[in-house]
Amino acid sequence: MSKSFASDTQITHLGRLWLYLFGALVMVFLMFPSVVVIPMSFSDSTYLEFPPREWSLRWYENYFGSIEWREATYVSLQAAVLTMLVATPVGTAAAYGLHVSGRRMAATMQTMLLMPLMVPIILIAIGAFYLYARLGLNYTITGVVVAHTVLAIPFVLVTVSSGLKTYDMNQEMVARSLGASRLRAFLTVTLPQIRFSVVAGALFAFITSLDEVIVAMFVSGGENATLTRRMFNALRDQIDPTIAAISTCLILVSVISLLLVQWLGKARTPG
Amino acid sequence: MTAAVTPVGTNAEALAADSRRERRRAFFLTSPAALLIAVVVFVPVGWLFWLSLFDPEGALTAENYTRMLGSPAYVKTFKTTFEVSFVVTAVCVLIGYPLAYLLSQLPARAANVCMVFVLLPFWTSLLVRTYAWLVLLQRKGLINTWLIDLGVIEQPLRLVHNFTGTVIGMVHILLPFLVLPLYAAMRSIDRDLIRAAANLGSSPVGAFWRVFFPLSLPGLFAGVVLVFVLCLGFYVTPALLGGGRVQMWAMRIESSVNLYANWGAASALGVVLLIVTLVLLWALNKLFGLERVFSGR
Repeated sequence: MSKSFASDTQITHLGRLWLYLFGALVMVFLMFPSVVVIPMSFSDSTYLEFPPREWSLRWYENYFGSIEWREATYVSLQAAVLTMLVATPVGTAAAYGLHVSGRRMAATMQTMLLMPLMVPIILIAIGAFYLYARLGLNYTITGVVVAHTVLAIPFVLVTVSSGLKTYDMNQEMVARSLGASRLRAFLTVTLPQIRFSVVAGALFAFITSLDEVIVAMFVSGGENATLTRRMFNALRDQIDPTIAAISTCLILVSVISLLLVQWLGKARTPG
Repeated sequence: MTAAVTPVGTNAEALAADSRRERRRAFFLTSPAALLIAVVVFVPVGWLFWLSLFDPEGALTAENYTRMLGSPAYVKTFKTTFEVSFVVTAVCVLIGYPLAYLLSQLPARAANVCMVFVLLPFWTSLLVRTYAWLVLLQRKGLINTWLIDLGVIEQPLRLVHNFTGTVIGMVHILLPFLVLPLYAAMRSIDRDLIRAAANLGSSPVGAFWRVFFPLSLPGLFAGVVLVFVLCLGFYVTPALLGGGRVQMWAMRIESSVNLYANWGAASALGVVLLIVTLVLLWALNKLFGLERVFSGR
């Protein structure tokens, strides 16, 4: 009965047409740039026509043929994987610690751990640059990984915390009353049940590092310049079509990660 | 929580002490994360604050702060930053509110599909999206070509390397930050209230403005604060799409460091930006709780 109406106030779908059209337009606006850049990257022209009159792989050949771009890609992937490997356990431990410990300290600690999301990124960037200058960490992968880990921790924390909220901690108590140590109870009982949130958090950490520009602009450089740093510098001078090819690859990584997270979310809530 | 069972009986006290100790130990699990954040964020920010109190010769001064009010170049930067931030936030509200409303009215399945349109750009690199706009909006870019082919314009418009391009790019990047909290708030509105309003004789438009809209305001406010705060510290998009004509706060910080090596000036700018940001977020937290706002991503 209410099926034929679009709202609770019995507006018909026809009366809502403007809203549907407007919503569709906004969604097109959101998708448009990412979708259009993909076919453009296969264009033969330096102007990146759409649709391309001549298709070619020349910008991909440029990308994979250039030692500088290849090196930068390698640096970025290395930094992203390492960031993921550090931020995931550290963030998961923090989420678990906050969840188990008492309420009073936990709230303050949580605010502190979420700070990297709140402090303007440019300030974190110049701060890290200044600190690293004293420690000799500028232009090293270690420096990039440490800074990116800090940026990624809040994402892991939030994701894993939400996973823990739907988990019944009494199961761990049972395991321990049967003789398992706390660590063993966590690894064999809790972790398998929150694994989807942990993996989603790890993906967040990976993407956070891979796509990060501003901190990388300051603390990475030389032969350890990240892909985003090189892209940004290249874009300041001119619109290099090679970047369309690189962008397509980055979009592909994002799409795969998003699909994985969506799929993990479904797996987490069966039914 | 571990303390779900309250111990009773003879060794109740020992058990309670045990559980307290255990919780304290669990709290230590947060220390690696806290340590990293303290070293990379808190120590440098404190250090920069200290630097901001000195001039390049090393004498104690408030000049780094007073200059912000006096120097025309700084005043212009702040004016531009707030102008861009207000325009971007306003456009985000104008196009984000109807979108969030539509999503909240759709059946859950359709809404989830549409949500991909909001989430995918959210996941795509900011640099990639800025680059895409650069390509689309340039003189011989797709938008100008289409508009000329359609006969809307005769000469290509200046869409990029200026204020317009900056706003288009920033709206595109920040829109999800408005839509996600707003959508969450709208979904949690009890739809029976709208039915009740209609039942009591309210017109659809009346029910929307008098019942639905006020209830959606907390979500809207959360989105507005988030977008505005992020605008204030934006760097990449104005730097690439502004073409040097749009000098924003974060860009002045960058040039103070890289161009002039004036750490005192850069630090003071950074400290004030941090204070403005934290005050706005603090107000948001007081009203709604940050955890809920950030759980979108």
